[in-house]
Amino acid sequence: MIEKLRSFSFPFASHPRHEDPRSPHRIFKTLVFHIRPRMVAERTLRFTLTFGLGGMAVVLVLLQLLTGTLLKFAYEPFPAQAYDSLIRLQTEYTFGQFTRNIHFWSANILVGVLLLHGLRVFLTGAFQPPRRANWIVGLILFVLVLASNLTGYLLPWDQLAFWATTICLGMLEYIPGIGSLLQQWVMGGSQIGAATLRNFFALHTAVLPAAIVSLMAYHFWRIRRAGGLVVLRSANETPAEKPAMVPSNPHLLMREAAVALSVAAVVSAVALIFDAPLGAAANPGLSPNPTKAPWYFAGVQEMLVHFHPTFALMIVLAMGLGVFILPYLGGMSASAGVWFASAAGRRTALFAAAAAGVATPLAVVLDEYVVGASRWMPDWPSAVSHGAIPAVLLVFVLAGLVAVLTKAFGSSRPEAAQAVFVFLLVGFVELAAICVFFRVEGMKLGWALR
Amino acid sequence: MKAKPSKPAAAPVEVPPLKEGTVSRRGFFNFLWGLLGLAALVELVWIAVSFLRPSKQPSGDPKAATVALAGPVESFAAGTVTAFQRGQFYLVRLDDGGFLALSCKCTHLGCTVPWVEKEKKFLCPCHASAFDITGNLITAPAPRALDMFRIIIENNILKVETSRTIKRSGFDPKQVTYLQKG
Repeated sequence: MIEKLRSFSFPFASHPRHEDPRSPHRIFKTLVFHIRPRMVAERTLRFTLTFGLGGMAVVLVLLQLLTGTLLKFAYEPFPAQAYDSLIRLQTEYTFGQFTRNIHFWSANILVGVLLLHGLRVFLTGAFQPPRRANWIVGLILFVLVLASNLTGYLLPWDQLAFWATTICLGMLEYIPGIGSLLQQWVMGGSQIGAATLRNFFALHTAVLPAAIVSLMAYHFWRIRRAGGLVVLRSANETPAEKPAMVPSNPHLLMREAAVALSVAAVVSAVALIFDAPLGAAANPGLSPNPTKAPWYFAGVQEMLVHFHPTFALMIVLAMGLGVFILPYLGGMSASAGVWFASAAGRRTALFAAAAAGVATPLAVVLDEYVVGASRWMPDWPSAVSHGAIPAVLLVFVLAGLVAVLTKAFGSSRPEAAQAVFVFLLVGFVELAAICVFFRVEGMKLGWALR
Repeated sequence: MKAKPSKPAAAPVEVPPLKEGTVSRRGFFNFLWGLLGLAALVELVWIAVSFLRPSKQPSGDPKAATVALAGPVESFAAGTVTAFQRGQFYLVRLDDGGFLALSCKCTHLGCTVPWVEKEKKFLCPCHASAFDITGNLITAPAPRALDMFRIIIENNILKVETSRTIKRSGFDPKQVTYLQKG
């Protein structure tokens, strides 16, 4: 025993070359190197390639699993008890509130980190071969995380949870064809109740975590199989055949540890200062005014103010589909490792971001005050006045953007596609921000954070 | 680490080439296994789907209508809206004395629509849709008028059949229930 202890040293510290294969240190090391690569390309270590976002996401998921497991011992998934169990958790359990805060904040930060992670992968062309399939895996993971967030949102069974979930599930009804069936299935009935809570609890605590963890393993395996991360280069540089490699220990592992500890520290600090919100107990007879979806669905909610629901959903689904098939569009595979595909790509992306940045609030204000919700074509069905016409308008705007870029800027196809992506993303983020910060009572425009 | 003794190379088995259009025994059994596996998968999915399908009615006769008792006809004055929290509906008495039972769920995304007496409108707090006293749509984004329920008047007592929602695009005078004279 003492022999064993003596032979133990800190896993990442330098150590004798020849050691007993049964020593704990050796076992730990082989485990680490079973998960992490032995060697990494030196240039992929640069912080400004990844910003550590993937590693942050892993840490946040681990925090979720850890705190979620604890919370599961305190929570009761029944409409009559759920809210009271939350109150008890926060007042009677040691570190109950703190545990819930970590769960809440790391869930929200995770969505933000994943958005940025996806954006980085997109803007460095890392979705191109040989990483095409992993782009899809990553997107599925993102959808699963969103589903986790949505299902978790209902569990506190307060007014916030009940009504945000009501409008989120209300959107399902407008999926053409299968909408109402799907809604009935998810809700377990025709309105949110005990069956919905049961379904959401099962999804949130069993199905989704299991799916996320297994897909994560697959995601990482595919990174290894692609030979690690994309190697950054400038536009006129050809991809290196054999990039310079350095041992992961300590170069990669130390960096990963630093990111992990920083994320854990930030989340703990936020959780110490800000409590996760808990409103009054759910009251199915009274919608609070205004009722808002959680921030990651606020963009869709804001679209629903302006568009007929079927069309709003179609636009969102079309955008989602576009993001999924992006790597498989022709002529998109020459810029892996180059930020914004080229210097011209950077300019067009910035132009698109600025265009969306100005056009979105303008369109919202225009629809609110000038076009007017009711004065706009009162004799037409809303599917035309708030559906087909604005949807066609949006298509024209995008087509116009592509025309301007290819004609005036002489953009290539990937650059134009990138510009459209950036345009839609910035617009969507702005819509979400408008819904969160500028929608007040009756969904009128105003400053919401008073 | 000792090098593993290399296995003696197995003598290659002579396999006569198959004739065109015939299946080898191994191929046939592999196909059969595949088929069985597929059948097992279908069964599993079928069981999971039927397990998870929402039950139509909690208990009892599935065709039995749930009828909410609203009250005697005289208790509702003309031009008023009365909320029934339990049944999730509004009982509307129009100015001409006719009755309408309106669902309180907004047809847009299912928020509960409060009746605002001052403006004589149903105003949805979620996306600012507005409906008039007959449930007709005044302001989008809601796509259609408020859903309604059938009203039964028996011995001057109003009953509302809340188990069946009637969807409609707009208000039609035929939807109003009047007190039968005589």
